Amino acid sequence: MSRFRCEVCDYVYEEERGEPREGFPAGTPWAEVPGDWCCPDCGVREKVDFVADPDPEPRP
Amino acid sequence: MREGPLSGRASISTAERPHWRDSKRYLWLLGAIVPSFLFIGWGLVTLTGFGLFWWMGPLFVYVIIPTLDRLIGDDPSNPPDEIVAWLERDRYYRFVTYAFLPLQYIALFTGFWLMTRHGGGLHVIDKLGIAVTLGSLNGIAINTAHEMGHKKAHLERWFARVALAPSGYGHFFIEHNRGHHVRVATPEDPASSRLGESFWAFWPRTVAGSLRNAWRLERNRLRRMGKHTISPRNDVLNAWAMTVVLWAVLIVLFGVGILPYLVLQAVFAFSLLEAVNYLEHYGLLREVLPNGRNERVNPRHSWNNNHLVTNLFLYQLQRHSDHHANPTRRYQALRHFDESPQLPSGYASMIVLAYFPPLWRHVMDKRVLAHYDGDITKVNIHPRKRAAVLARYGATREASAA
Repeated sequence: MSRFRCEVCDYVYEEERGEPREGFPAGTPWAEVPGDWCCPDCGVREKVDFVADPDPEPRP
Repeated sequence: MREGPLSGRASISTAERPHWRDSKRYLWLLGAIVPSFLFIGWGLVTLTGFGLFWWMGPLFVYVIIPTLDRLIGDDPSNPPDEIVAWLERDRYYRFVTYAFLPLQYIALFTGFWLMTRHGGGLHVIDKLGIAVTLGSLNGIAINTAHEMGHKKAHLERWFARVALAPSGYGHFFIEHNRGHHVRVATPEDPASSRLGESFWAFWPRTVAGSLRNAWRLERNRLRRMGKHTISPRNDVLNAWAMTVVLWAVLIVLFGVGILPYLVLQAVFAFSLLEAVNYLEHYGLLREVLPNGRNERVNPRHSWNNNHLVTNLFLYQLQRHSDHHANPTRRYQALRHFDESPQLPSGYASMIVLAYFPPLWRHVMDKRVLAHYDGDITKVNIHPRKRAAVLARYGATREASAA
């Protein structure tokens, strides 16, 4: 599954894990995240500014 | 738990640590003076018998800090880029901010004890002084909460709420992080002041707007989760619950007579924060791009200052451009940018100016205009004053419509 990263603070949205606190349960595809959703950590970048994150390493 | 942005990617070991010494490392400990305002005041009252010192909080904020800023002046030094990651990971700096909390709470309880103890013999003026001193330290605590509330660690976010509980401003860390940072320097942001808007007109707009916005953000988040807005998971409600419990404990201990003073210190505290909000983005405006989105936030969208003393007491909040570019960056690593607009003095002195709107506008309006190379149409103008401002600065009707 895909990962998308905020370039400001390196927050990563992983489709597999979703972001339950934000109302996106595990498995929520990136396409279903609303366009005006902002990075939950820094509030600087919106969804459209996130970049696909190829990093296959799991988060520590 | 997610850790800082730099922990996973940047791999600077201590062995590679460059030879650089942080000249401010131990100066950050001076921040502990803020939650000690009351004790300093109490000590001086005891020594001199002079009740004026119960007003230590406002004396410090409005007189002592601006004076020291004048005397000591600027410190524009930046940590070298290659050391920022290492500096952020040094845990010493975060413990300096954690130490604020116990001192803040000891001061709060001591203040109300002093007001109500038997044989205390305090005049109502002295009690007002204690309340305003508590308001000053709880207002600066909102800045401490701000530093901690931006971090990714849950513990620090929780500490932020604890620091906000005395002033009842727990909704701040929701609205600020997810509202203000998104909409900063746009007409939609209640916490970005506009040219021509006095602090007294800004105050009700930001207080009410921030509250509404915090509630809206939590409502939308909970809706997406399929939960009701009124829920223990609502961060606005659970932050306020902390205030209710704290205030209830204080009233049980010291009597319902303290309620007016409790309210006074809270209003004073969040008004101090809102005065700082007022000067951080005055008149600054992000351009609307052809695709309808606002241009990205850049260093030109915040007012900065390098006066050392205020920077020490506010954890470099005045390096505000870097804060908005990198909100999760820790205070010790914030940098000064040459391209960011600079206030003529530190935030502490500028607050005093903000209370007197004609003075404020005399000092600031020309600086806003100069920042936009004289093009008033690029400025965030208070709608009620728009016609007068445009006329005054010579913009044509066409330009204002463009």
